Amino acid sequence: MSQYRICPDTGLYFDRAGEGLMKANAVAGVVALLVAGVLALLVGLTRWPAIHYLGASDFYMVLTAHGLNALIFWIIFFEIAILYFASSSLLRCRLATPRWAWLGFILMLIGAIMTNVAIFQGSSSVMMTSYAPMEAAPHFYLGLILFAVGALIGCFVFLGTLVIAKEEHTYEGSIPLVTFGALTACIIAVFTIASGAIILIPSFLWSIDLIGQIDALMYRVIWWGMGHSSQQINVAAQVSVWYAVAAIAFGAKPMSEKVSRTAFLLYILFLQLASAHHILADPGVSSTWKVFNTSYAMYLAVLASLIHGLTVPGSIEVAQRKKGLTNGLFEWLRKAPWGNPVFSGVFLSVVTFGFLGGITGVVMGTEQINLIIHNTFYVPGHFHATVVLGTTLTFMALTYFLIPVLFRREMILPGLAKWQPYLFAGGMTILSLFMMGAGTLGVPRRHWDIGFAQATEMGLKFEFPGSAEMMLGLVGIGSVIAVIGGGLYLVITVGSIVFGKKIEESAGLMQSFGLPLAASCYTSEKPEPVKGPAADLEEHGSAGFEAPGTFVLAMVLLVTFVVYYFINWKYLSSVWPMG
Amino acid sequence: MSAILPPSEQVWWKTPVGKEEIVWIALALTWCLIMFAMMPIWHVYGKQNLSNEAYKTTPVQYEAKVKAMVEQHTIRTQSVGEMDVPVVAPPAGSDVYILGRLWSWYPMLEFKKGESYRLHLSSLDWQHGFSLQPININLQIVPEYETVITITPDTSGEFTIVCNEYCGILHHTMLGKIYVTE
Repeated sequence: MSQYRICPDTGLYFDRAGEGLMKANAVAGVVALLVAGVLALLVGLTRWPAIHYLGASDFYMVLTAHGLNALIFWIIFFEIAILYFASSSLLRCRLATPRWAWLGFILMLIGAIMTNVAIFQGSSSVMMTSYAPMEAAPHFYLGLILFAVGALIGCFVFLGTLVIAKEEHTYEGSIPLVTFGALTACIIAVFTIASGAIILIPSFLWSIDLIGQIDALMYRVIWWGMGHSSQQINVAAQVSVWYAVAAIAFGAKPMSEKVSRTAFLLYILFLQLASAHHILADPGVSSTWKVFNTSYAMYLAVLASLIHGLTVPGSIEVAQRKKGLTNGLFEWLRKAPWGNPVFSGVFLSVVTFGFLGGITGVVMGTEQINLIIHNTFYVPGHFHATVVLGTTLTFMALTYFLIPVLFRREMILPGLAKWQPYLFAGGMTILSLFMMGAGTLGVPRRHWDIGFAQATEMGLKFEFPGSAEMMLGLVGIGSVIAVIGGGLYLVITVGSIVFGKKIEESAGLMQSFGLPLAASCYTSEKPEPVKGPAADLEEHGSAGFEAPGTFVLAMVLLVTFVVYYFINWKYLSSVWPMG
Repeated sequence: MSAILPPSEQVWWKTPVGKEEIVWIALALTWCLIMFAMMPIWHVYGKQNLSNEAYKTTPVQYEAKVKAMVEQHTIRTQSVGEMDVPVVAPPAGSDVYILGRLWSWYPMLEFKKGESYRLHLSSLDWQHGFSLQPININLQIVPEYETVITITPDTSGEFTIVCNEYCGILHHTMLGKIYVTE
């Protein structure tokens, strides 16, 4: 019989083996975030024209490492922890095959280290995308392949746990919404890793001269099947966490299980088509293919995100109104726990992901509008709003919940933790906005010197408008603020799991990194199966809108979206006619 | 805490849907369909579209085409470092060629304002990004593929091609020129 403990504060179930794996994956993710954050500062200070800190070759090397550590290693390690939590803890089920799960973890760890070594040896400054025929060292690809294999094992451990839970009747009825969302993320992850295998294995063989040539266009199309889809894992995972936090912090019930789950299904069906966003300015791919795929087949995945954008805050509003915060449209929001970083982080993430990340992503993913945006600084501006303000900020908020519940430590520096989400989100918002501003003026991404000093010496001159340079300075300032906010997160979380006051008997320092708590915390009696709450007998929505405040906010988003969308068509219509 | 608990209804698709959700889904879906329609509409009525014309090529073949054009239509040269780069003024309506390579665009072109040209683009080595500034038109240049777009400059002056696809250590020095005369 497997051993488990029930968290006395939250009633959450932790399988003894699964708990260690959640910790190990979360901690490995946080270490990758630390690396990514240090590198982010170097990148930010280099693109700030007044400072221009690194030399060209260091800059390209550091930028490659920043992308992979932030976008792949940090996020996917953390997502594996979320998958284990959403299956084992939420379903009160032992984690399937913990030894395989550890093998997966070790492969991911070796892979992440190997790829970092390849980059810092200096021979693999190929950017995250490593576009063929630009070649990286063999162990650059091999590291990524090992990491992907490890992540795939994690996905199957998650799926296996769902099977065991069903088999052993550890829950009644359907799986919870959050587990459903995690399942969506897992299905997308399997697709992502399959695409990655199809392109990275040949690339590895090519780098050791077993394959003569990799077609550059084929590489792009398939690589983005992994590169973009991996960001869709994030979207599904982060939305699941939003629902989880709404439930944890407010006791919020999803407005309608049917709507939210259907939206997740739309993700599974359509979200991955968006890898076409990266191919819109490419030769050899037809407009029909581009239009169908870039729009996720008629924007059905965008529809899903718009739905979550309403139902997550909407469920919070309903819960708050039930508590009596019913004055006006926004009392529920004004009196929300703004000092609780679990809530504030998630709420800031919902808002910035929608307004900054979501809208701009759809606009630049429009086939023709992409002509004025492709590969400009607008692109990283957009994805810092989706991946950092969306995913990273959400995961940071979740960590504040996990410290007492999973690690059984009290959080240190709670006063600073209150401010951390605002500082991080503020810096990142500045960075993202001005990156997009500079991109609109044509400033390229992944570029060491937009002053073109070396070209000017040779007699080729070009100057971007002065406002572009000013915006790059503001990007630099934003990056410094965000790095301070991110640093604060690392100090608080790592400090808490090492030095925080122990809430339960500990098994020593390693307990913070992957060992279970002291044996006395666990029992092996069979737990009660998880049950849903009794059906709500209240009339649902018949007397009008349940969440009018959220509806108004959603309308603000929609109007902003429409206006900004057509502004970009207007801008497109002013460039040279072409066809 | 019910998003982390099983739903209270055994069968989740039988749960009721609130009014604001229905209204919102209807609005959002309408907007999605409008956005979807905009792309085909712009193909018919808009003036800025990507052509679907592209060919497989090889660096040798492509370089030969560029060379032929340069030999026929060079009007002057411009010195860049120790090189003299030809400035080519092909006749309006003709096929014109630019190649990207580590780390330059070759040759320079001179267009007449208001005339159309069939602009061919390819790379001799790695991928490059054709970013025409300050107009801000951005295209991906992929080796072994030859893109053709018909372009009609409607402003005159000096325009710069910035490389905006990372292409190695001197990526940031890779500039080219297109001149447009009245």
